[in-house]
Amino acid sequence: MNQGRSTFLTVMLYIGLTFLYVPMILLVIYSFNYSKLVPVWGGWSTRWYKVLFESPEVWEAVRLSLQIALVNATVATMLGTFAGLAMVRFGRFRGRTLFGGMLVAPLVMPEVITGLSLLVFFISLKELFGWPAERGFTTITIAHITFSLAYVAVIIQARLTGIGETLEEAAADLGAKPFKVMTSITLPRLAPGMLSGWLLAFTLSLDDLVIASFVTGPGANTLPILIFSRIRLGLRPDINALATIIILFVAVLVAIAAYIMFRQHKRELLDQQMALSGGD
Amino acid sequence: MSDSALSPEMPSKAAGNLSLLDRLQERWKTIVIIVPFVWLLVFFLAPFFIVTKISLAELAISSPPFTAMIEWADGTIVTIRLVFDNFIYIFEDPLYAKTYINSIKIASVSTVLSLLIGYPIAYGIVRSAQVTKQLLLFAIILPFWTSFLLRVYAWMGLLADQGTINNLLISMGIIETPIRMLYTEFAVYVGIVYTYLPFMILPLYANMEKLDATLNEAAADLGSGPVNTFFKITLPLTMPGVIAGSLLVFIPATGEYVIPDLLGGGNVQMIGRQLYNEFARNVDWPVAAAVAIVLLLILVLPMAIYQYYQGKAAEGS
Repeated sequence: MNQGRSTFLTVMLYIGLTFLYVPMILLVIYSFNYSKLVPVWGGWSTRWYKVLFESPEVWEAVRLSLQIALVNATVATMLGTFAGLAMVRFGRFRGRTLFGGMLVAPLVMPEVITGLSLLVFFISLKELFGWPAERGFTTITIAHITFSLAYVAVIIQARLTGIGETLEEAAADLGAKPFKVMTSITLPRLAPGMLSGWLLAFTLSLDDLVIASFVTGPGANTLPILIFSRIRLGLRPDINALATIIILFVAVLVAIAAYIMFRQHKRELLDQQMALSGGD
Repeated sequence: MSDSALSPEMPSKAAGNLSLLDRLQERWKTIVIIVPFVWLLVFFLAPFFIVTKISLAELAISSPPFTAMIEWADGTIVTIRLVFDNFIYIFEDPLYAKTYINSIKIASVSTVLSLLIGYPIAYGIVRSAQVTKQLLLFAIILPFWTSFLLRVYAWMGLLADQGTINNLLISMGIIETPIRMLYTEFAVYVGIVYTYLPFMILPLYANMEKLDATLNEAAADLGSGPVNTFFKITLPLTMPGVIAGSLLVFIPATGEYVIPDLLGGGNVQMIGRQLYNEFARNVDWPVAAAVAIVLLLILVLPMAIYQYYQGKAAEGS
């Protein structure tokens, strides 16, 4: 439906976008502030970036966060793709309702509950089996995979519903076995969905503070845990610098993802047109 | 690869000695279901049972700091001890009751504010030209990808006593002394609306996108004014989007920890923060577990409604 916008809607749209972007733009501008007091302008400077790069704590947190995010994104994409396939393509199976419920619940579960329950779970496991011996990389990664896979599954389910089953049916009619259909038709067509799922899982992991705070152990600080412990005490110019780098990094990632998906979408449209025009 | 090894007519189950790859192909559907299923059973469902168990245990001076619910006596007799003391404690302590009510109040008000701001934005996007629509949607989603923590931090800089807004107002001569905004309930509302707005806009947009524009034209032809058409046609038809968006804001906002902690300071009591402090400072795990269970019970109904609407939306598409 496209009837043009009324003035009221246009104004609301601009106010909304201003509301969304101005705080972040200010955050970036103040990272180049010379003054130690964040909101007091003291001239342009990159001194806080220097302070940031010279902090070994920050580098250690970046390393841990990236490690967790990489493992999480990869495992969660695999599990989430499996889950999405099971929900959309496999018809009925035993426990499907429970499975579907467990796939949606992590999306809406308050983080404090997920965090607390995983913490007591890990502690109970340690009591019973002596594993995990200490909390940190392993426990945070497991916690992140658990909620990330649910997000990936949502993307995969939407993509599977979107691409339909006609090509798969055609391949099956021509004698391809279900496994062959899966590997040579379904999975390649799912690739853009899997890529956006991977990127979402990656950023969700980099972003998580609450769950990581619960399941981490002494000494294992992810980047959000480090940032949080510093900004609880007030504004800090070096955190503005860190924020600017993170925002830029994420913006570049999202732009790449958007470009890849846009190209894929265009290619599919082209394929469809060729199939329609060159059918005879 | 090994497709040629099995002729199409031969039922694969009857084949006696299959290679590992063949057997994998046989079983792949089962594997695809079982791996994520078991993962969620172990790392999502089981932890909830343990929390429930601990909420019914007593505080013990040991590691872990709670008593076992099931105890073995003489190796044969199992005694099950349920202690509801933690729940009674929560209900009798006025601090907890106040904190729960305050959380629900703050989450509800934030949800209504997000709806009032998000609805016209979503409608504005739907009414835009095709290319603009894609760009606007992208602009709304982009902040969702950037760090939640940093978006909250951005508002600390805006709302502080020496912050951007106060500095601006003072330099313009509108006020003389800074208005206290950071570490108040107002700041918490701003923070929640700001960070959760995309969650409100996206379901609304998805729902409005499916609206039939001819209905509005028909209403106009029959003499209905725009306001009347909105309340009689557009709003009722977009109710599923309103409900989905509202729940996506309300549910996480109720248990929010970061926003009340950073923007509310110690002045705004919300249950997520209370729960975190209970666990971090007091180390009274049975009470923390009971606090979590009560929060979950409060949110079970909204979550069930959300899931019901999600299911209906999935069937519709």
